[in-house]
Amino acid sequence: MRDWAHWALDTAKTRGATYADVRVVDARYRNLSTKNGQVGTFSESESLGLGVRAIADGAWGFAATDQLTREKIQETAARAVAIARASARVKQHDLVLAPEEKIQAAWQTPVVKDPFSVPVDDMLKLLFRADEEMRRVGGLTLAETSMSFTRLEQLFASTIGSEIKQTKVYSGAGLVATSFADNEIQKRSYPNSFGGQHASAGYELVEGLDLVGNAQRMAEQAVALHKADQCPQGRRTIILGSSQLGLQIHESIGHPIELDRVLGMEANFAGTSFLNPGHVGSLQYGSEIVNVVADARLEHGPGLGTFGYDDEGVPAQCIDIIKDGRFAGFLSSRETAPAIGLARSGGTMRAESWNRIPLIRMTNVSLLPGTWKLEDLLADTDDGIYFETNRSWSIDDKRYHFQFGTEIGWEIKGGKLGRMLKNPSYSGITTEFWNSCDAICNRSHWTLWGTPNCGKGQPMQTMGTGHGAAPARFRNVLVGVAYAQ
Amino acid sequence: MLSEARCREIFDVVRRASQADEVEVLLEATQSALTRFANNTIHQNVAEEGIHVSVRAQLDGRTARTTTNKTDADSLRRVAERAVESARWQPQNPDLLPLPGPQTYQSVDRYCEETAALTPEARAEAVGKVVARAQRNHLTAAGIFSSSATTAALLNSRGLFARHRETKAEFSVTFLDGGSGWAKGNFVSVRNLDVEELAARACDKALANRDPQELAPGRYTVILEPAAVLDLVGFLFYDFAGTAVLDKRSCFTDQVGKKVFGENISISDDVYHRWQAGAPWDGEGIPRQAVQLVERGVLKNLVYARHTAKKMNTQPTGHGFPLPNEYGEAPMNLVFAGGNSSLEEMISTTERGVLVTRLWYIREVDPYEKILTGMSRDGIYWVEGGQVKHAVRNLRFNQKLKEMLNQVELLGPAVRAAGEESFEMVVPAMRVANFHFTEVTKY
Repeated sequence: MRDWAHWALDTAKTRGATYADVRVVDARYRNLSTKNGQVGTFSESESLGLGVRAIADGAWGFAATDQLTREKIQETAARAVAIARASARVKQHDLVLAPEEKIQAAWQTPVVKDPFSVPVDDMLKLLFRADEEMRRVGGLTLAETSMSFTRLEQLFASTIGSEIKQTKVYSGAGLVATSFADNEIQKRSYPNSFGGQHASAGYELVEGLDLVGNAQRMAEQAVALHKADQCPQGRRTIILGSSQLGLQIHESIGHPIELDRVLGMEANFAGTSFLNPGHVGSLQYGSEIVNVVADARLEHGPGLGTFGYDDEGVPAQCIDIIKDGRFAGFLSSRETAPAIGLARSGGTMRAESWNRIPLIRMTNVSLLPGTWKLEDLLADTDDGIYFETNRSWSIDDKRYHFQFGTEIGWEIKGGKLGRMLKNPSYSGITTEFWNSCDAICNRSHWTLWGTPNCGKGQPMQTMGTGHGAAPARFRNVLVGVAYAQ
Repeated sequence: MLSEARCREIFDVVRRASQADEVEVLLEATQSALTRFANNTIHQNVAEEGIHVSVRAQLDGRTARTTTNKTDADSLRRVAERAVESARWQPQNPDLLPLPGPQTYQSVDRYCEETAALTPEARAEAVGKVVARAQRNHLTAAGIFSSSATTAALLNSRGLFARHRETKAEFSVTFLDGGSGWAKGNFVSVRNLDVEELAARACDKALANRDPQELAPGRYTVILEPAAVLDLVGFLFYDFAGTAVLDKRSCFTDQVGKKVFGENISISDDVYHRWQAGAPWDGEGIPRQAVQLVERGVLKNLVYARHTAKKMNTQPTGHGFPLPNEYGEAPMNLVFAGGNSSLEEMISTTERGVLVTRLWYIREVDPYEKILTGMSRDGIYWVEGGQVKHAVRNLRFNQKLKEMLNQVELLGPAVRAAGEESFEMVVPAMRVANFHFTEVTKY
C-alpha cells in the first residue's frame, strides 16, 4: 500500500499539485439475512482501490482506480491534477486549507471477536433461531433477520508527509417482525429499525443483542398493534425512546451543523441549513438541559462515527455542538474551517470507500445523559405518549420542519404506561422542539446507536454515524398529523 | 471497456476453478465522472473507474454469491472457491431452480460515444455558462454535470451469455437567492441533455420564488410537475413485485384484478420504451418483458422472477434481482401513460391551486394505505384565476398515494423525468384534486 500511495503522491507533485492526498482502501463485507425460515441474502464481497485528491491552480480534482499497477496509479494521479485544472476554470477564489500537522500513526477498532473469523454456520444458526421464534406467534406474516459486517483497511498519505494506517471494523444485526391483517401492515424491529444496532465492534456486538430472546416479544407486539387504538391528534407531552431520539438528533441536529451545508456546498442535493455562522454562541438551540457533542474519540464509545483520524488526516476530536442549550459549533473540514475563522478542522471528513472523496460527515453526535431514571420520568408524566422505534422520518432541506413516525407507542396516564397506540407520529420545528425538552434520562438508559445508512453527496455516499441518547421528555408537541384526514 | 472476449475469459477462469454444480458470473465495468458546483464555483470534481466480478455458485440446492474487483486469475479462482464454500454452509432451499440456459434478447441501443468521451474541460465549459447566467441574475448556482459508461455482462455454466453497454449523462441545477429554483435531466445520450434549457428553467423558477407567502395547510388542487410526480409514484415500484404480494407487504396485496386507481391511470413496465434505460435482461439473464401493470385503473399484472413465478403458478416476466436475495423482483422501467394537457393549460384552467416543482425527503408513513410524507422544495407557487400569482412557503404533505391516483384531473405528455427520491421513469405532469398539505415550514 505504501508504494502505491507514494507513486500517486509523487506523480501529483510532479504534475504541479500544490497539495495531494491518497487513500488506499482494502474493504471486505459480509451480509446475511433470513426470511421466513429461508436464507434471504448471503453475499461476501471485497473491494481494493485507490483514490487521489489533488489541488492544482487553486481547485480540487479527484480520480480513483482499482487497477493497481504503477502505470495506472500514476495515470490516475495525473488525471486528478488535470481534473483540478479543469475545476479552476470556474472558481471565485483559490482554495485555502486549514493547517494540519504531519501525522504518522496507526489505529484500529478494538475488536474482541473478528466477525470474519466466526463460522458462517454459527451466524446462520443464530439468525434461524430468531426467525423461528418470531414465526411461533400466530398472525405474524413475515419474519426477517439480518447481520452485516465490514472491515476497512486503509492507508492515508499526503504531501505534508502524513501517513496513517487504520483498520476499522463495523458489525450490525437485527430482526423485523411484520404482520398483515385487515388491510393493515404493522411491524416491530429489534433492537432498532435500519437493520438493528450497528457499532464499531466485532461479533461480540451481535452476541450481546440477544436477538433470540427478543424475537417472540417483537412478533407479539406486531400482531397486537392491529387491535391497538390509533395515536390521537393534538398537542401532547411526549417521551421519545432512545433509538428514536437518536434519529431525531441525526436529522435535526447532526445534519444542520454540517458546515458544507451551511456554506451552500450541498445546496443542489442534500440541501442547506437553517443555521448560519452567526448563530454560534447566540442561538438558543434547545433548553438549558440540552448538551450535545460530536465525539469521534474512542472514549465516547464504539459508535459508527468512532475513528482515530478522519480521511483528511485530522485526529479524532470532541466538539461541543450545544452547550447548556446554546449553539456552540459546527462539523468542519480543512476547507470549510477557515471560511468561518476556525484555526483547525474539526476532523469530520470521511469517504465511503477508495472511489469517493471525503465529505463532512457526522461522527458520534450525541445528546449527553441527564439525571432522570426512566421510571421516575414516567411517574412524573401525568398525561403523555411514549414513542418507540422509528418507522418514518422526513425533514425539510434546511432541517427545520420535521415529521417522524414510530412503530409503536404507549399512552402515559397518571405516571404509568397504559394502552398501546398504533401509527404514532409527531412533528415540529427543530429549535422549538429542542427548547421544549424538560427531562433527559441518565447514563444507565443511554445507548450509542448506530445509523448505518446516512446518504450524502454526489455521487451518493452512504456512511455510518453514531448517536448517543437516553429517553427524553418534550412538552406541547404536535402528534398524529401524519394520519389526519 | 469490458469486451465480449474478456467477459468469456473471466468466466472460463471462474468456471474451471469452481467445484459447484452450476456457476453464474455477473460482470460490471464502469467509468464515471462528475463535476459538482456550488456558490458559482466548481468545488468537487471526480472521476473513477472500476470493475465488479460477482460469482454465484449453486450446488445441491444451495447458492451463495461472492464479489471482488480483482481480476487476476488467482483472485478469480479464490472468489470462485469462496462462493462454493459459502454455499455449502447453507441449508437447502427448495425454491432454488437450475440456472437458465441461453436466451434471446431484443436489442436496445443505449451507448453514446459522445457521452462516454465527455471531458472535465467540456463539463467545466458548460458549468461556466450556467454560472454566468447566475451572475447575470445576481444569483448563485449549485449543481452537477456527470457522465458514465457501463458495460455489464452475465454468463452462466448452461451457456447463457448476455452483455449490455450503456451511457448516462445527467445535469442538475439549483439557483439560489433566498428562494430557489431547480431543474434536472438524465438521459442515455448527452445530446438529449439541454443544459442551457434546464438552467434557464431553474433560473426563472428561482426569480419567481421570492417573498413567499404563507399558505394555510389544507386540501388543495395541485399541479405536480413531472419530477414531483416521479418522486411520489416511484414509491409504488416494489408493490408490483410478486414477492411483495406473497410476503403481504405490498399495498396491492389481494388487489390483483381490482380497480385500484382512476380510469385515466395506466402503468406499464417497459425497458424498451424510447425514454427508458437499462439492460433487456434481469438478474438471472431472463429477457425483460413489457408488462401492462395497470390498465385504466385496474391492477392487471405483477412482475415475477423465475422462482416467484413458480410459487405463484405463473410465468416469469424477466424482472428478477440477482440471486440470492429476499426481495425477488421489481419493475425498474415504469412508464405512466400521459395525456394531452400541457403544464400551461393545467395552470390556465385552474381557479385556485398550487404549482409544485419538486418534492423532497419523501418517506412512507403507512405501507398499505401508502401514505407518503415529504416537503415541497425549490419552487412552490399559488395559482389563481388561471395564473401563477406568487411563491408560497414550503409545505409538508401527508397524502395517500392510492387516493391521489384516483383524483387525477389532467395528465400532461409522459416524459423521462429525473428527481432525487426515485430512479428515472417516464411520467406525465398531473393536476390532482384535494392534495393534502398538513403543515408549513418557515421559508
